[in-house]
Amino acid sequence: MIQAMNEALFEEMERDPSIVLFGEDVKASLFGDTKGLWKRFGPDRVRDTPISEALISGMAVGCAAAGRRVVCHMMFGNFVYTGMDAIANQAAKLRYMTNGQIRLPITFLAVSGGGRSAAAQHSDAIHPVLANLGGVKIVMPGSPADAKGLLKAAIRDDDPVFFLQAAGRGGEPGEVPEEDYVIPLGQAAIRRPGRDLTLVAIGAMVRPALKTAEALAGEGIEVEVVDPRTVVPLDLKTILGSVRRTGRLVIVDEARDTCSVASHVAALVAERAFEALVAPIRRVTVPDCCIPYAPVLERAVLPSVETIERAVRETLDWRRPA
Amino acid sequence: MASIGGNLPREELLEMYRGMLTIRRMEEQLARDCAAGKLPGPVHLYVGEEAIAVGVCRHLSERDWITSTHRGHGHFLAKGGDPARMMAEIYGRADGICGGFGGSMHVADFSKGIIGANGIVGGGIALAAGAALAVQLDGDGRVAVAFFGDGAANQGVLAEALNVAALWKLPLLLVCENNGFSEFSPTATVTAGSIAERARPFGLPSVEVDGNDVVAVWQAADVAVRRAREGRGPSLIEARTYRTRGHVEYEVTFITEPYRDEAEVEAWRARDPIDRLARRLREEDPAVEAKLAAIAAAVEETVRAAVRFAEASPEPDPASARGHMFANA
Repeated sequence: MIQAMNEALFEEMERDPSIVLFGEDVKASLFGDTKGLWKRFGPDRVRDTPISEALISGMAVGCAAAGRRVVCHMMFGNFVYTGMDAIANQAAKLRYMTNGQIRLPITFLAVSGGGRSAAAQHSDAIHPVLANLGGVKIVMPGSPADAKGLLKAAIRDDDPVFFLQAAGRGGEPGEVPEEDYVIPLGQAAIRRPGRDLTLVAIGAMVRPALKTAEALAGEGIEVEVVDPRTVVPLDLKTILGSVRRTGRLVIVDEARDTCSVASHVAALVAERAFEALVAPIRRVTVPDCCIPYAPVLERAVLPSVETIERAVRETLDWRRPA
Repeated sequence: MASIGGNLPREELLEMYRGMLTIRRMEEQLARDCAAGKLPGPVHLYVGEEAIAVGVCRHLSERDWITSTHRGHGHFLAKGGDPARMMAEIYGRADGICGGFGGSMHVADFSKGIIGANGIVGGGIALAAGAALAVQLDGDGRVAVAFFGDGAANQGVLAEALNVAALWKLPLLLVCENNGFSEFSPTATVTAGSIAERARPFGLPSVEVDGNDVVAVWQAADVAVRRAREGRGPSLIEARTYRTRGHVEYEVTFITEPYRDEAEVEAWRARDPIDRLARRLREEDPAVEAKLAAIAAAVEETVRAAVRFAEASPEPDPASARGHMFANA
């Protein structure tokens, strides 16, 4: 996935000379996504910044307002909190407050989520916090091929977009087309069709969801895996269409349970497709606790093939109490 | 005080007089409107501080960028923002510069290089640094200016901005308007040391000027803007002034104990930047009186026209409230 992101950044910066990229250690590239860009595009367009999130997130806004297309690397999702004023109060609001006078083409890059024993201050999944701001789009790729097409779309988009890459799962293998392709924001993908149950899996949860579906297929259980690809905008139409076919819904979201995106999807489906449901909606999320350090502790709180499978089976087995 | 007049051409001084008086009369109108209950939201007025916005913005063109504060009407007007559309915005009308979506704390006009007022104390500093980066890359000699208050000087982002601006030699001018109060707290109770001095450890030039002396501000800005345009990097100006009105107009409804001496306010009123410039102009040439009167009459008409325009403008369509969050919906 990292290589796919790197390809997308190279191709977009080549295509559009107005793009500038800055952030913390983009030259050294902790994750590899910005590797080689400094060498190729030079110190004007690719800049290492100090560890000053409040400043760099605000500079992204000012630079975009002044006509540039900006990629701003925030490194870890938790560091976004330090830059939150410019994100929540400026980036998310400037266009609206000024009656649409400006476009703010900014792509914020950050690693989001756990799974690497990075502990509580480097493992938050920040998409629910960002989703509630209203004025930023959120991309959460579930595969390397999607990462490339979605990152290109994010960069070409004229609004602030968070491109959240799953921590610790960036090295996942997968075919990535060589050509220039863009995956529009707001279009979910049905990763695997199935008639028995809809399994909505967000970002890094797509892989364990597909594994679960594969395992259950051996028993003749057909799970439809829906990957929203972007949380804002959310392709509710595809989700509702799937639920109307299957009648059952499980949502897996690596986010704390309270106000997770899973909760939001559950509410929307309950409001709009209640008549199609033959069982209660279930959510597989992270309990309302911090992400712990020790691998055995971390595994105990993150969604897994086992917890997803259990939720799927319980939903399939559910019978209305007599 | 000695600098009033300086070596500036009289036409420039008269233009600055016009600029300051326009802000003053607009703000006085808004004070009356607020007291009369005509304004839907809070207003933070710039009365007494006009010399700073005007003295700086006289050096800027529409293609330079500014960011401003919650006390932002003066910067908007000094940078060429339209008074009528500003008034309509603060009245919450459809023809406001932001269609009634922003109000007093968010007046902005990107076509005039005004990134806008800002409801967050210190919120404009990083934005101006970003705009400075954009114009630096364009390499055409444009600059960005961040106006902020002494209260904002206590936000960490100022230190972050000084650091990066110095490292990258950004064409940035940081203008601190030290008006003596951080909302209701006297500056001395919340701010240690000198704000101007804070640029020094970063190796940046800084100067403290009499913010009630439009010529002194003009001269300091002249040096700083020139420096930025020539690619020699950022500067900090601390303009010492005084907020002769309250933090927010409706504070009379909740402030029960006075937080400052009336004598102090009076002392600063005696140093009013507009009166000082007028006095100097009259001393140099008694015949200027007719010109000052003509400017005053024109300014009064500008304000009346702004009010007429705002009052005639309809309220925004409630059906539009959810619109334009995104450019690519």
